[in-house]
Amino acid sequence: MSKKSFRQAINEALRDEMRRDPRVILMGEDVAGGMGAAGEQDAWGGPLGVTKGLMPEFGRERVLDTPISESAFVGAAVGAAATGLRPVADLMFIDFMGVCFDQILNQAAKLRYMFGGKATVPVVIRTMFGAGFRAASQHSQGLYPVFAHIPGLKVVVPSSPYEAKGLMTQAIRDDDPVIFCEHKAMYDDQEEVPDEPYAIAFGEANVSREGEDVTIVAIGRMVKFANEVADKLEKQGISCTVIDPRTVSPLDQDTIIESVEETGRLVVVDEASPRCGMASDIAAMVAQNAFKALKAPVKMVTPPHTPVPFSPALEDIYVPGPSQIEAAVRAVME
Amino acid sequence: MELNREQLLAAYHQMRTIREFEECVHREFTGGAIPGFVHLYAGEEACAVGVCMNLSDKDYIASTHRGHGHCIAKGCDVKAMMKEIFGRKGGLCAGKGGSMHIADMSKGMMGANGIVGGGPPLICGAALTAKTLKTGGVAVAFVGDGGFNQGTTLESMNLASVWKLPVIFVLEDNGYAESTASSWSIGGEPVKRAAGFGIPGEQVDGHDFFAVYEAARKAISRTRAGEGPSFLHLKVNRYFGHFEGDATTYRRPGEVDKLRAERDCLALFRRQVEQSGLLKAQQLDAIDRETAALIDAAVVEAKAAPQPSAEDLLTDVYASY
Repeated sequence: MSKKSFRQAINEALRDEMRRDPRVILMGEDVAGGMGAAGEQDAWGGPLGVTKGLMPEFGRERVLDTPISESAFVGAAVGAAATGLRPVADLMFIDFMGVCFDQILNQAAKLRYMFGGKATVPVVIRTMFGAGFRAASQHSQGLYPVFAHIPGLKVVVPSSPYEAKGLMTQAIRDDDPVIFCEHKAMYDDQEEVPDEPYAIAFGEANVSREGEDVTIVAIGRMVKFANEVADKLEKQGISCTVIDPRTVSPLDQDTIIESVEETGRLVVVDEASPRCGMASDIAAMVAQNAFKALKAPVKMVTPPHTPVPFSPALEDIYVPGPSQIEAAVRAVME
Repeated sequence: MELNREQLLAAYHQMRTIREFEECVHREFTGGAIPGFVHLYAGEEACAVGVCMNLSDKDYIASTHRGHGHCIAKGCDVKAMMKEIFGRKGGLCAGKGGSMHIADMSKGMMGANGIVGGGPPLICGAALTAKTLKTGGVAVAFVGDGGFNQGTTLESMNLASVWKLPVIFVLEDNGYAESTASSWSIGGEPVKRAAGFGIPGEQVDGHDFFAVYEAARKAISRTRAGEGPSFLHLKVNRYFGHFEGDATTYRRPGEVDKLRAERDCLALFRRQVEQSGLLKAQQLDAIDRETAALIDAAVVEAKAAPQPSAEDLLTDVYASY
């Protein structure tokens, strides 16, 4: 056990699984960097350094830089998965799903079903999402609900370094296509993370604290904010349960429903857009299954239904944060 | 390389099976027994068989929406195929894929594909597996003249070139992408387009089994030897519409009749092997009877096969969930 960043935690999971299983390979734009260039090799190790050091250990045959050609290499990862490898493809920004979506939506997600169960597609697509980087509308979105909408995909949104390592390990060992969504503002977050490999099961939410008054379901980076708010309100006599679903598909519905049946109040915090997002999905699921337990209307804390703006002044009010979560919790307590 | 009698008989058997299968599916679809979208391969048999005779089960192919011929040429079970197209239990894909997604991974058939240009990226992956695990296998991406203009195909040709993947891109140019002439829709010359990616290729008469077989043999040998991707441009024709139900008003009146009379790959094959004395007419006639009986039996079995049950709807989505 030692303090590790979100970046290191993911790197370790990738490294350990590559050591364990020779069928695990990485591919993507600049996952090593410097391919074909005269200068330093492993120059980048991924755009934000998450895969640094893996090419020197495993070689260019298992850490493959690609042309900027997402349809080709994401599709190749899917095809390689269906034929015996366990590829991890790096779709740099989740926003780039637009240029390779067919290979995810119509190929990766559906091969198994269309082939009557006679295909297995153990591919992981790593991708960065989230606002806060001043990266504007095409590099900041929280599009994971789009993937969660598609049968055949599993969608992971880790909330901390510990979670990221265990969930990445599971993603690689999993026999289904997994979209692994890393919030780009979290790479330097640190916490104690075991040195040895471990897997965290999909579809099992983490209840980071238990309270009596309000259930807060938060996703990804929002979990940290929800815990901060819960800490603060605890001192003021409002006791919150905080649930991190870890995976938005499969979604641990039972843990959420059971908690709402106890607290009678629900706040859902999601960095995705409000229409057809995880917040609306979870709110609808609770309305269907725990309506009688509700003491107040469900509150959704999400960005507004706008693209992510560039100006720091605008982006800071776009992203949900502790103050919006606190206001929502107070509202359901009224 | 000369084909021996056994191989020639096998080639004719496969081509004739495809023809019988497609003519039969045409009749059954017209009669209302087959649901959904169906795209028939009749007329193009020499392409699938000429290429796939150079492959084994360890080699993969990715097909197009017009995939029945590739399936048969790659060794898929014809009766299970027919059940699949009828949407029945016991179908090659348990009735969940249908004509447009018919597949058998155990035969190296990665599926017909409902998305034009969907297959080439996948086949790059199959080739990467072969290269990484050193299986000695190659991977063939069949694309139509429509798919040849998709970005996925062009990106895949570039990726295969820079990664030196064992991929053979086979353009089956049957003259029409849906209703649009390939002479209009493909900018430039396909062989030169491939050359632009550093991929050598040649144009071949897709009605001529021997020409396709020989060109494919050279391309596949070269690629299998580790020399990188290869390309074939097969000029061919389809006898039916883009889909079953297509009135094909974009074709000249009498166009297909003339093609059937003058450019039928089966007739061309027969003429060549009979004139050269390699095979006797009676041997080929026997195959005609045998394949017709096989397809008749496949239809009878497909019609008698049970429908999938409600539980089948929910299975095969995930390995675990």
